[in-house]
Amino acid sequence: MAECDAAGDLSTDTLASTPLNKPMTTTAQQIADHRDYLMKFARLQLRNPSWAEDAVSETMLAALSKPQAFESRAQLKTWLVGILKHKVVDILRLAGREVATGGNDPDANEDPLENIAFQADGHFVEKPAEWGNPEQDLNQRQFFEVLEVCMEQLPGPQARLFLMREWLELDCEEICKELKLTSTNLYVQLHRARLRMRECLELKWFGSPKSA
Amino acid sequence: MRPRLKTCKQVAALLIAREDRALSLPDRVVVQLHLWACDACPGFERQLLLMRNAMKQWRNYTTNDEK
Repeated sequence: MAECDAAGDLSTDTLASTPLNKPMTTTAQQIADHRDYLMKFARLQLRNPSWAEDAVSETMLAALSKPQAFESRAQLKTWLVGILKHKVVDILRLAGREVATGGNDPDANEDPLENIAFQADGHFVEKPAEWGNPEQDLNQRQFFEVLEVCMEQLPGPQARLFLMREWLELDCEEICKELKLTSTNLYVQLHRARLRMRECLELKWFGSPKSA
Repeated sequence: MRPRLKTCKQVAALLIAREDRALSLPDRVVVQLHLWACDACPGFERQLLLMRNAMKQWRNYTTNDEK
């Protein structure tokens, strides 16, 4: 809380008087330059435009209230993403169960494993395709873009829980505790999210073996 | 109870679950035995491992894409 108060009067005196290696305005500008970048991940994780706005605004305020000089743009970015992750966790914690609900779950009445063709005896109809190695022979940045599109296409609750695992690196116990979810509920949603991600990557990046 | 035999579909479900929780010892044994004997499931496992690795790299990339 004290942090927020301190940030409140930043725009007036602090900006001009903070002793820093570089002029404060430059640092403030550098921080502001990363806004869009931060918004992208806040949106991806929170799947709620106003939550994302809040998370990024609070991140920028926190960053401005304790400005640090960084040698490189990359270091500043790493620092900002670190702050953003904390702000995002706060918002998720406040939202509680809402994080894992909301909207209609397209997978509610269906086992997503059914999307992979299994024979009646439980065998794969077709062998899972060899995906090869995307880092080796393919443009990694493009692969990440596809990965992000696939995450955007997850239903909101699945996306939030999936990213809490994969981006925020929370363990399942923490997630259940913070969101007041049962572990069964969490595992079911993560299972669905992972299968959807697999399906999406196969379709958009590795090429569908079904058409082969 | 037939702990010995699992179908590919059941093994696939366990392989996915393994990304988020530790499997019980009997489940781990059953999965490993199945993977040795099965023609298709090791491919599914490789896909999941690739996804695990991809997400890890993406996470590093989100923190800093200017290396």
